Amino acid sequence: MNVATPIARPDHPLPLELVNVTKRFGSFVANDAISLKIPPGTCHALIGENGAGKSTLVKCIMGFHVAEEGDIIIGGRSRDIRSPYDAYQFGIGMVYQHFTLVPAMTVAENLVLSRPDTPAFIDWKFELARLQEFMRTAPFAVDLNTPASQLAAGQKQKVEILKQLYLQSRILILDEPTSVLTPAEADEVLGLIKQKVTAGELSVLLITHKFREVFGFCDEVTVLRRGKLAGAGKVKDLSADDMAAMMMGGQREAKLVAKSVRPRGPAALELKNLCANKDSGVPAIAGVNLTVHEGEVVGIAGVSGNGQRELVEVIAGQRPATSGAVSVHGEPYGASRREAFEHKVFLLPEEPLRNGCVPAMSVAENIAFRCFDRHPLTKLRTLVSRAAIRNLAQGLITRFAVKTRSTETPIGDLSGGNVQRAVLARELGPGTARVLVTANPCFGLDFAAVETIHGLLTEARNRGVAVLLVSEDLDELLALADRLIVISHGELVYETTPAEADIKTIGHQMAGH
Amino acid sequence: MSSTPEAKVAVATPAAAAGRPPLPWRPALEGVVIPVGAVLVALALFGLFCFVQGRNAFAVFAAINKAAFGSWYAFQNTLVRAAPLMLTALATALPARLGLVVIGNEGALVMGGLAATVAGLAVQTAPLLVVLGVMLAAGMIGGGLWLAIVGALYYQRGVNETIASLLLNYIAIALLNHLVNGPLRDPSSLNKPSSFPIPDEKMLPVIGSSNVHYGLFFGIAACLLAWVLMEHTTFGFKVRMIGGNIRAARLAGLPVALLGIITCFLAGAAAGAAGMVEVAAVHGRANESLAAGYGYAGILVAFVARHRGLPIILVATLLGGILASGGILQREFKLPDATILVFQGLVFLVILFSDSLYGKFGFFKEERR
Repeated sequence: MNVATPIARPDHPLPLELVNVTKRFGSFVANDAISLKIPPGTCHALIGENGAGKSTLVKCIMGFHVAEEGDIIIGGRSRDIRSPYDAYQFGIGMVYQHFTLVPAMTVAENLVLSRPDTPAFIDWKFELARLQEFMRTAPFAVDLNTPASQLAAGQKQKVEILKQLYLQSRILILDEPTSVLTPAEADEVLGLIKQKVTAGELSVLLITHKFREVFGFCDEVTVLRRGKLAGAGKVKDLSADDMAAMMMGGQREAKLVAKSVRPRGPAALELKNLCANKDSGVPAIAGVNLTVHEGEVVGIAGVSGNGQRELVEVIAGQRPATSGAVSVHGEPYGASRREAFEHKVFLLPEEPLRNGCVPAMSVAENIAFRCFDRHPLTKLRTLVSRAAIRNLAQGLITRFAVKTRSTETPIGDLSGGNVQRAVLARELGPGTARVLVTANPCFGLDFAAVETIHGLLTEARNRGVAVLLVSEDLDELLALADRLIVISHGELVYETTPAEADIKTIGHQMAGH
Repeated sequence: MSSTPEAKVAVATPAAAAGRPPLPWRPALEGVVIPVGAVLVALALFGLFCFVQGRNAFAVFAAINKAAFGSWYAFQNTLVRAAPLMLTALATALPARLGLVVIGNEGALVMGGLAATVAGLAVQTAPLLVVLGVMLAAGMIGGGLWLAIVGALYYQRGVNETIASLLLNYIAIALLNHLVNGPLRDPSSLNKPSSFPIPDEKMLPVIGSSNVHYGLFFGIAACLLAWVLMEHTTFGFKVRMIGGNIRAARLAGLPVALLGIITCFLAGAAAGAAGMVEVAAVHGRANESLAAGYGYAGILVAFVARHRGLPIILVATLLGGILASGGILQREFKLPDATILVFQGLVFLVILFSDSLYGKFGFFKEERR
């Protein structure tokens, strides 16, 4: 423990500046020369799609990661932050997306617990008096003696923020602090923080997906996209549409993959009034009506967290629908093995290792998930032939250029891109798909792999496959989709074609106006 | 967040790029070296225990070895104890492949024994093979339904399978005591309330001229079947998918709940067969001796064997030997007969600890890093 640190903790926010911060994981560049500046007493928004590098960047500031290049300048000097304790010394504190309170302990206990210098013997009388003194100046009141488990989500988030104020953090990093709050709670919490910021007592770096919060509470904004700086500026100079366009990268010319001209076929996948809840029981999608015809790609665009994930999970059979129906080729579809096989429904899920693979099983077994129980992979209809699985996998591994030591390597040992290729091999390898549902299929892949996947999807479409493409990348959607539909707050709100697409309008719709 | 999978690239590629030949035998070796090493550590700890008690540890080990495997007679005793262990171990091993920790072995054994007794008494006048067949079927169904409850509670209602199966053990034993004290009670069983006996000539016979009954065949056959089922059939493939990643299993359209409940039924059926063997070959009737701890010892066997059918046969035989040597420690070394439970407990703890070591040694990777 670094107990006796000579630096005195600041009692006012120091200016924080990042200069060309670069963080790599192997060959993957998570942050590519990012610079941003937070003057004291300002609120700075950091926005970008999932995987744009926001979390990595703040983890560099907090000392969880150490940037390979660039400087973190605090109070006018370049600082070496190697652990959260170092960040604490400079008055930087972070509120995480998920709660870090001990449920069984009271608010007071949680606050005292959070101190890095908690004494071995705690004089509760003294600590409580100190806490009450602190609460008098705090922006929100929470009863100190309530166990954390009895607090509502909004109150818990308040305690998380109080914790940072109690630790006398002067630069607060908030990682999607309102994702668990209702809009009213969010406004209250952020509003009270904003008062502290305006009073010059705090600086805030706010990671968010919600434009409303950027406009309501922030002075400046930085937009990241695929690890790179996609834009920055004063909030008052930018519109939501500008920011959405920066996030999705729609400003560039969309590169079209050769699509054959073909008449729209009959309806293949139909969703009728589909509703489903999030894990928390809150509605995620509300009455989605959608038809995907044979030989077309329907693209779903939207800022993440607007119900895309749940929509795909319902079609995949991973989440029950609360009402409404899915049908394929005119018949009800419940995602059972038989139905998926009969209607040739295939799926490329996002996060393929988590959603579509068994990490401990071999690459060959994972590739065989769709067909291990059918001829020719079985003997006597019940015995699985390992040799047949190996042969099938060997062919597909070569065709889809999956880099693996052997067919028997556990798929969890492969890199993200190769897991994605293995799943692609499983779902597109047989070439029999008639309906293909895919979510962010190119997420985290390098340029060449993206080209391959786009080629395969277009080729499938040209063959007459009905493709539903859910993506956070507008470039991808504009290049591949025949129809583009915007999802916002769990509803399909806008439809256009790439030819007529207007980025401003799409951004506007995604922003939920 | 998104960068974590990519972070693995850095670790994985240099080895592949170096182009060293793969060493596929090394991961297999890991599965042998770690449990054997763990047993050796447990032996050392038990030796220390004996030393503290003022006994010569090596003499104790020698005595255990002699009592378990020293003579044909001793080995037969070991095998008689190993037979129910093989069966009860499967009650933990099969659901373990689903990712469930089920410890309802004792309860399923008791329910199987009870069902077998009732069914056997009902058809006691039938020919020997019919009586045994009916008893076996009843035992398997009794035990199977008992653990199917655990599966149904877990998959339909989200009830923790470990706690549910543990509590069902107590219920089963209470049910056994109630029935042999009440409706099933043979009035002539005075000191130890028991059911009416299965006629001697309808009991499970011994193999040839040995003292070992045919229950050993049941045990070995069940382990072999379980191994084929889990490693070589489409059913086992599906179960391993569910155990490995339930989301991927759902994506592949598997009926997760149904498969899970069937697996729990098979697990209970194995332990139920152990109950039938205990009734039909050893006790001849249902009484409190049924709950003699074979169920709990089966949990140990399953964990040591890493829930695989073939190793269970070997581990059950070893543990059967250890159990068989309990008496000799008392007679020769004046150690309390619970000493053997200390040994068993040490083995279990060290094995559970050793589970955390898998994947920690670079030596067992296919390629050296």
